[in-house]
Amino acid sequence: MKDGSPFVSTTNACKLCTPLGACLAFKGIEGCVPFLHGSQGCATYMRRYIISHFREPVDIASSALGEKNAIYGGGANLKKGLLNVMDKYGAKAIGLATTCLTETIGDDVKMILSEFRSEFGDLSLPAILPVSTPSYSGTHMDGFTGALRAAVDVLAGEEKTPAVNVLSGFVSPEDIRHLKTICRAFCLPATILPDYSDTLDGGAWEEYEKISPGGTPIAAIRAMGGAPASLEFGRTLDPARTAGGLLEERFGVKRLGLGLPIGLRETDAFMAALEELSGRCLPRALGAERARLVDALVDGHKYVAGKRCLIYGEEDLAVGLASFAAEIGLVPVLVASGGSSGRLTSAVAAVSGDILREQPQVASGVDFYEIADKAKTLAPDLILGNSKGYRVLAKELNVPLVRVGFPIHDRFGASRVIHLGYRGAQSLFDRVANALIEKKQADSDIGYGYI
Amino acid sequence: MTTKPKKTVDPSVLKEEMLRKYPPKVARKRSKQILVNELDEQGHSQEIMSNVRTIPGIITQRGCTYAGCKGVVLGPTRDIVNITHGPIGCGFYSWLTRRNQTLPPTPESENYMPYCFSTDMGEHDIVFGGEKKLRQAVQEAFDAMNPKAIGIFSTCPVGLIGDDVHAVARDMKEKLGINVFAFSCEGYKGVSQSAGHHIANNQLFKHVIGLDDTPTEGKFKINLLGEYNIGGDAFELEELFTRCGITLVSTFSGNSSYDQFAKSHSADLNCVMCHRSINYVAEMIEKKFGAPWIKVNFIGGEATAKSLRRIAQYFGDKELIERVEAVIAEELPKVKAAAEEVLPTTEGKLAMLFVGGSRAHHYQELFHEMGMKTIAAGYEFAHRDDYEGRHVLPSVKVDADSRNIEELEVEADPARYRARKTPEELKALEDAGVEFKNYPGMMMEMESKTLIIDDINHYESEALIEKYKPAVFCAGIKEKYVVQKLGVPLKQLHNYDVGGPYAGFGGAANFYREIARLVSSKVWTYMKAPWEENPELSATYVWE
Repeated sequence: MKDGSPFVSTTNACKLCTPLGACLAFKGIEGCVPFLHGSQGCATYMRRYIISHFREPVDIASSALGEKNAIYGGGANLKKGLLNVMDKYGAKAIGLATTCLTETIGDDVKMILSEFRSEFGDLSLPAILPVSTPSYSGTHMDGFTGALRAAVDVLAGEEKTPAVNVLSGFVSPEDIRHLKTICRAFCLPATILPDYSDTLDGGAWEEYEKISPGGTPIAAIRAMGGAPASLEFGRTLDPARTAGGLLEERFGVKRLGLGLPIGLRETDAFMAALEELSGRCLPRALGAERARLVDALVDGHKYVAGKRCLIYGEEDLAVGLASFAAEIGLVPVLVASGGSSGRLTSAVAAVSGDILREQPQVASGVDFYEIADKAKTLAPDLILGNSKGYRVLAKELNVPLVRVGFPIHDRFGASRVIHLGYRGAQSLFDRVANALIEKKQADSDIGYGYI
Repeated sequence: MTTKPKKTVDPSVLKEEMLRKYPPKVARKRSKQILVNELDEQGHSQEIMSNVRTIPGIITQRGCTYAGCKGVVLGPTRDIVNITHGPIGCGFYSWLTRRNQTLPPTPESENYMPYCFSTDMGEHDIVFGGEKKLRQAVQEAFDAMNPKAIGIFSTCPVGLIGDDVHAVARDMKEKLGINVFAFSCEGYKGVSQSAGHHIANNQLFKHVIGLDDTPTEGKFKINLLGEYNIGGDAFELEELFTRCGITLVSTFSGNSSYDQFAKSHSADLNCVMCHRSINYVAEMIEKKFGAPWIKVNFIGGEATAKSLRRIAQYFGDKELIERVEAVIAEELPKVKAAAEEVLPTTEGKLAMLFVGGSRAHHYQELFHEMGMKTIAAGYEFAHRDDYEGRHVLPSVKVDADSRNIEELEVEADPARYRARKTPEELKALEDAGVEFKNYPGMMMEMESKTLIIDDINHYESEALIEKYKPAVFCAGIKEKYVVQKLGVPLKQLHNYDVGGPYAGFGGAANFYREIARLVSSKVWTYMKAPWEENPELSATYVWE
C-alpha cells in the first residue's frame, strides 16, 4: 500500500520488482549464475533490462514453468534447470530467487532443494543460495538485500579473517572499484559484497567466458563470519533483514551501519570508520581528493547555490543524494522513492537537518505520476535521478536531469558513473554545476560563451 | 579476431558436434530443431520441430505470453490505456522498451505510450484477490486520462488466484461507457510470446475490429498487418503508400490508434508483414468481412518493389499500377546506388539471423542485396508454418500448450460480409502470380546447406560463431554483448539499436550503411595492445 497516496494504482513506477534486485546481487558473487524459479518471461525481461543499463552479457537461468507446472508444482523443472546450469556453466554457486508465480502456487523451494541434494548428492553440487523474492512484496532493493543475506546465511562460517566486510549496497561498478582503491589506500583488507565491478563492467575478452570473471570469491564470503567488523551502507536498512545484521546476530561480527558515502560528510563518516578499523590516518591521496573537492565546492558555489533540486531513486541512494545536495548549497525540495521502508523521512532529516533551513518534502512509496504532480508546484531547477524521470519530469518541466543510479538507458557509460567517496562527490558536483551552466547558456538570448 | 571464415564448414558435422554436448534426451529434441537446409524434389523443406517448450536452465531468447500480448501487439497503439494487472515488474519491463514510435496527429492528441499503468499488486491482493484493486485502477486511469478504451493485461499471479479480469472489464465498460477489454495473457501460458500474439489477436477481433462502420475515403484501401513501427518503419511505409495513392486504413499496430482498428474491416486487402504475430487477424477479417490477405515484405529494395506491385496488381487499376511503377522507378535506383556503395565492404561476407517470427527471414533480402550470404538463421518463437510454409498447417500437431489458447469460431457477418473479388477475378489473380493466404516460409528461400535452428541458445550460438566467424550476427539486446565478447558485431533486429527505419526504400539504404559500418569496424583490431601484437625483440643474457 502506498503511503498517503490518493491512488491505489501505480502509474510510471519508481521501483522495479524484487527478483531483479536479487539477480543483480548474485551477479556480484564469483562463479554464480542467477536462477529464477518461475515463468521464463521473468528471466528474459530482467535480463534485457539489466543488460540495457550495463551493456554486458547477463545470463539468468529459469525453470521455465508452463501452465501444467503452475498447477502441479515446479519442482521437477527446478531440478532439471539446476542440473542444466551445473552442466552447461560449471557454476560454483547458483543464486536461486523465486518469482510471483512460484510464490503464489506455494512451491516449497527448501523442500525441493533438500530432495535435490539427496537425489544428486553424488554429484559435486554448487552452493545453492535460495532467496524468497515474490515480486508482489517489496521492491528490487528488498530482493538485493535479501539475496545477500541468503548468500551469507548459506556460506558464512566462523573462520577468522583480517578482512573487514563491506556491504556496499546497490552502487555502480565504478563505485565498487573506487571502494577497493580506498580500502587499499588504508592497507585494510576488505571483502566487498557484492562485487560486480568486473562481471557487469568487464573488458574485451580473448576467449568467451561462460560466467563473466570477477565477483566476491566464495571463499571470502565463507570467511565473513570471522571478520573483525562489517560496514553496511544504507540508512534505511533494517539490520534484521540484511547480511550485516545476520553476521552480527550469528557470529557477533560488529555491524557499523553507515549511509551510502555520497557527498563530503557521509564520506567523512566512512573515512572515520576506516581510520578506526585500520588504525591509520586518512591516506594522503584521499586527503588530497577531499581538499580538491572542498576547493571545488568553494569555486562552484555560485553556480549551484540556492537552486531547487528534486531527488528520486532507491531510498538509500536518495538519502545520500539529499545529503550531498544540502551540503553543496542546493535546496532539495522533494526526496522521493518507490520504496517504503518507513525510514526515509527520518534518514533525510538525519543527513540534512542541521544544514537546511527547511526540510524537503519526503515521499516514499510513490510513482512518477505523483512525483510529477508534486513537481509542478515545487518549480525545481534540477533533477537528480535515473533515466525513468526523463520523459515525465525533466522533459515535461524543461529542467536538466543529472543521471545517477539505475536504470540509465538513455546515456552511455552507466557502469562508470561514480557516486561514492570524495571522488564520487567531485564528479557529481561537476556534473550538477555543468548541467545548470548548460541550461543557463542554452536559455540565454545573449549566448554567453564565458560563464 | 578475423571475420573471414577459416575454412569450409560442413554443417552436418557441426550439427553433430553441437548435439554431442547434450544429454541424450535433450540431444534428441534439439536434433529436430536444428536442420541442414535441403529441399526435396517437390521443392518442400524438411519438417522442423518448433513452438515447443524451452528446456529449463538453458538460456533462451524467448519471452512470455504477456510480453507478446501487451508488449508486442498492443504496445504500439497510442490511445488505448494499457493496464498491467499484476505486481510491478512486468509493467515496468515492458514500459517503452521496444522503440516503437508513434506520431499523434496533433501535439494535444492522446498518447499513452509513455505511461506505464499497473495495479502493482501486493501481498494483500494475492491473498484476498485483486479484482477490487483492478476496478479502482481502471476508474483512476479513466479519471486521469479520459481515454476511449482501456485494455487489461493479466500477469502470472492473476490466473493463479482466479481474478476474473473479463468480468471486471465488462462491468467497467458498462459503468464508464467506454470500451474496456481484458487479456488472459498470463506469462506461463504457451511456450513463448507467440501465445500472447494469438491472445491479443483474438481480443482485438472480439472487442475492437468492426466497431466503426463509417466508410473510409479512398479508392485503394489496405491494412498493413504485423508492422510495429520500430525505429520509424511505419512512417517510411505510410509515406510510400501515400505517394502511390494507396489508402492505409489501419496498421496492426505500428503508429496505430484505436479508431483505425475499429474500422479496419473496411479495407479491401490485408497485407501481412509479420506472419507469426498477426495472421490470426488476417484470417478472421477475411472470414467475417470478406477482405482477402496476401503476404508482403517491405524489408529490402526489391522486396518493397515487389510488394507494391502485388498490391497494385490486386486492385488492377491502370492508374495505380502506373503510379506505383513511377515511385519504384524513382526510388529503386537510389537504393541500388546505395547498395553499390557498400558492396566493396560487404560482398561475400556471412550473416546469421536469429530473431523473431519473421525478421530472420525478411532481413535475408537486405543481406542478399549487399552481396552477403545468410549462413544460418532461425526464429525465436515461430511455428512450423513460418519455417516450412502454410501448406503444412493441416499436419501441425496441436499440443497441450497450443490447446489452451482459444481458437475463435468466426463466421461471415450476415450484413457486413462483402466479397471483394469474384471467384473468377481471384482465380485470374492467382494465375497471374498473386498468392492469397499463403506464406511460403523461410526455409524455401534459403540456400541448401545453410543451418536452420529453432529457439537457439547461448551454447549453440557460440558454436556457430566459432566455426563460421560471421561478419555480423543479428539478434536482440540479450544476445548482443555475448556475441560481441566473441569478437563479432551484433545488430539488434528487435529494436534496431539506435537506428532505423529499415523498411521501404529509404530504410534499405539505411540498413546497408549500418551493416557496412559494422562489418568494416576497425575496433576488433585493437583487442591486443601494440606490444602484444609486436613484442620487443627478445634477448638472452650471455651466460644463459
